[in-house]
Amino acid sequence: MTVELGAFALTLALALSLAQAALGFAGARRPSLAGAGEGAAIGAFAGVAAAFAALVAAFVVSDFSVTNVAANSHTAKPLLYKVAGAWGSHEGSMLLWCLILTGFGAAVAAFGRGLPAGLKSRALGVQGLLGLLFLAYTVFASNPLARLAGPPIEGRSLNPLLQDPALAFHPPFLYLGYVGFSVVFSFAVAALVEGRVDAAWARWARPWTLAAWSFLTVGIALGSFWAYYELGWGGWWFWDPVENASFMPWLIGAALLHSAVVTEKRGALSGWTVFLALAAFTFSMLGAFLVRSGVLTSVHAFAVDPTRGVLLLSILGLSSGAAFALFAWRAPALAPGGVFAPASRESLIVLNNILLTAATGAVMFGTLYPLIYEAVAGAPITVGPPYFNLVFGVLMGLAMLALPFGPLTAWKRGDLAASADRLKLAAAVAVLVGFIVFALVSPRKALASGGVALGAWVIAGALAEVAERTRAFKAPWPEVRRRLTGLPRGAWGMTLAHAGLGVFILGACYETAWKVEAAEALSLGGQLRLGAFELTLKDVGTVDGPNYLAERGRITVTRAGRPVCAPEPERRFYPAGKQSTSEVALCNLGVSQIYVVLGERRASPDGGPAWLVRSYFNPWVQLIYLGPLLMALGGLLSLSDRRLRFAVGRKP
Amino acid sequence: MRRRLFVVLAALMLMAGAASDPSERLRDPAQETRARALFTQVRCLVCQNESIDDSDAELAGDLRKVVREQIAAGRTDAQVKTFLTDRYGQFVLLKPAFSPANALLWLGPFLAALAGLALLAGRWRRREATQDLSGEEETRLAALLDDEAP
Repeated sequence: MTVELGAFALTLALALSLAQAALGFAGARRPSLAGAGEGAAIGAFAGVAAAFAALVAAFVVSDFSVTNVAANSHTAKPLLYKVAGAWGSHEGSMLLWCLILTGFGAAVAAFGRGLPAGLKSRALGVQGLLGLLFLAYTVFASNPLARLAGPPIEGRSLNPLLQDPALAFHPPFLYLGYVGFSVVFSFAVAALVEGRVDAAWARWARPWTLAAWSFLTVGIALGSFWAYYELGWGGWWFWDPVENASFMPWLIGAALLHSAVVTEKRGALSGWTVFLALAAFTFSMLGAFLVRSGVLTSVHAFAVDPTRGVLLLSILGLSSGAAFALFAWRAPALAPGGVFAPASRESLIVLNNILLTAATGAVMFGTLYPLIYEAVAGAPITVGPPYFNLVFGVLMGLAMLALPFGPLTAWKRGDLAASADRLKLAAAVAVLVGFIVFALVSPRKALASGGVALGAWVIAGALAEVAERTRAFKAPWPEVRRRLTGLPRGAWGMTLAHAGLGVFILGACYETAWKVEAAEALSLGGQLRLGAFELTLKDVGTVDGPNYLAERGRITVTRAGRPVCAPEPERRFYPAGKQSTSEVALCNLGVSQIYVVLGERRASPDGGPAWLVRSYFNPWVQLIYLGPLLMALGGLLSLSDRRLRFAVGRKP
Repeated sequence: MRRRLFVVLAALMLMAGAASDPSERLRDPAQETRARALFTQVRCLVCQNESIDDSDAELAGDLRKVVREQIAAGRTDAQVKTFLTDRYGQFVLLKPAFSPANALLWLGPFLAALAGLALLAGRWRRREATQDLSGEEETRLAALLDDEAP
C-alpha cells in the first residue's frame, strides 16, 4: 500500500512539475499566477519526497514484492545499507536525482524572497521543465516502485563492495552537487529570457553555485576515499570515465565560481558566466548519461541499458540544446561590462577560467576520444591515466603557479610587480620546501619535489594574502587583530579553499611519488619488509559477521624493533551474493598510512597454509582527503557570509 | 548510480594489485621495477579499463609474463612496447602515441587554452582602442576643462 501511495505521489509530482513550468513562465507576466507556481514547486518536492520515503520504507521492511528491493536488498543486511540500498540502483538513484532537483526548486520558491519576481518565476518555470523531463523519465522508463509478479523469499542483496559507510553517503553528496547546478542553469536561462545578466544576477546565482560545488567536492572525495580503501590496491584516482564524469562538472563549477565573482563585483564577463552556468549542469547531465548508457567502457559501467541511454541523451540534448540556442541568440545583446587592464584581478581570473576550461576539455576529450577515433579510423584506441596525468597536470600546474597572484592583485588595474613583491616570502618557502624534499627524500625525484613545492606555494600564497589584508608583521598587533576579526567570511572561505587545494597537491604529489609497496605469501609468523617497517603475520582467525563470514589476520607492524600498530585486515565472504571482498586495515601514522590487505590463502613451500599479504606505505595520503574537505568547508564558509545569503540581493 | 555499476567489480578487482604477486616476480629488482613501470602503461585487453598492473584477469597475467620475459631477455622499454603494439594494436597502450593522427588529442587542450588567451588579448586591445578619445573628443574635453578652469 505504501508503495502504491509512493507511486501515486511520484505521478502527482510529475503533474505538478508541468504546472510549475506553465505557471512559472505565465507568472512572470501575471504576478497573480507566480504564487501558484511556487506552490506547485513545493508540492512537486513533497510528492517526490513521499515517493522516496515509500521506497526507503520498502527497503527497510524488505518488501521483496518491489522489483528494485528484491534486486538490491537482503533481510540480513545492516539497517544503514538497507536505507542506502534505496539509492544503490539505477532506478533508485534516478529518484534521488529527482528528489534533489525538485528540492532545489522548492528551496528557490521558499527562500528566494529577495529575488525580483520575474526572474524568480521564470527560474522556477525552467526548474519545472527540468523536473518534468527527469520525472517523466523516472515514471515511464525507470520506475523504482514497480511491483514484481512473483515476489522472491529473499533478495539478491547489494554488492558487498558497496556496503560501506563512505559509499552510502557518496551518492547523496554527489547528486546534491550535480543537481545543485540545475538551479544555476535555471537562473541562467531565466536571465537569458529576460535579456539581462548583470552584477545582481551573479550575486543571486553565486550562492547556489557555491553550495553545489561544495557538495560535489565532498561527494567526489568520498567516492575516491571509498575506492582507496575498499578496492584494495591503494589507488585513489584512476581517470576512469565514471570518475571523469563527476570531475568535469566540478572543474566547470570551479571556473563558474570565479567568473561569477567578476560579474558580481565588476559587471564584466556576464556572457561567459552565463555560458559556464549552462555548461555546469550540462556536464552533470552528460555524466549521468555516460555512466548509465554504457557507451564508454569503464570498470564501473555494468548492467546498463542502451534504451535508457538514448532517453537520457534526448533529455540532455533537449534541455542543453535549447538553453545554448537561447544563449547564442541572446548573448550578443548582453552588456559588455566593465573594462580591465592586462594586469588586473579580472585578467587573472580569466586566466584561471581559460586553464580550468582547457583542463575540462582535456578530460572530456580524453574520455570521448576512443569513441571518436573508433568511428573515424575504425580501430580501437585507449586513452588512459598517462595521458590525463600529463595534459591535465601541465594545465593545472600553470593554473597553480598563477593562483596566488589573483587575490593579491587589484581589480581593474593592478600591479603584478607589487603582487610579486608581496609573494616573495611565499616563493622562498615553496622553493625551500622543494629543495628539502629533493635533498632528503629517497629515492630522489625532481618532478615530484617540484609538485610538493607547488603545493607549498599555493598554501603560502593563501597565507600571504591574509597577512597582506591584515597588515600582519607591519602594523601593531591590536590593529592586526582588529583586521583579522573584521575579515568577511567570504575572504576566509577563499583562503581556506585555496589552502585546501595546496594541501591536496602536497598529498597527491608526495603519495604518488613515494608510496612503497610490498607483497609476500606469509605463513603464520612470517615477515614482510615494507620500507622501514616490518610486518609479522601473528595469527589468522575466523569471524562471523552480520551478513558475512570472514578470515581476519592479526598483523603486528614494527619499526626498528619498536611496535607501531596492529592492523587486522579481513577477507570477507558474503553468502547472499556468493562474493568475497577484502577489508583493508589502515594504520594512521600522522598524515601517512600503512595499508594492509589480506589476500587469498595458498600453500607455502613447506606445505602449511600461507596468506598473500599485500601492504603499502602511503606517505601523506591523508592530505589527499583533508585538502578537498578544507575546500568544501571554504565553500560553505563563504556561503555563510552575510553578504551572500541566498537571494539577499537587493541590500548592499 | 555508481553502486549498481560495480557489480562486476567484485570478480574483477578482488585481488587487484595483482602484479605484486610474489610468485610472478623477476629475480633482478631493477628489471622488476622496470616491468612494473611498464605494466601501468599497458592495458588489460579483456578488462574494461584497467592496466595489467592492477588487473587480476588471466589474460593480464599472461601479458605480464610476456612483458617480464621480454625485459629479462634484455629488450628496452621501447622495444617491448613495439612488440605489444605489433601484436595487439595501439589499443594495448594506455598512453596513446604522439602521432599526427593523435595530434588533436595531445595538442587540442593546449590550443584551446591558447585560443582563450588570444581572445583575452583581443579584449584588452579592443578596450584600449575604445578607451582612447578621438581627436574631436580631445578638443571638446579640452574646451570643457578650459571653461571650468577660471
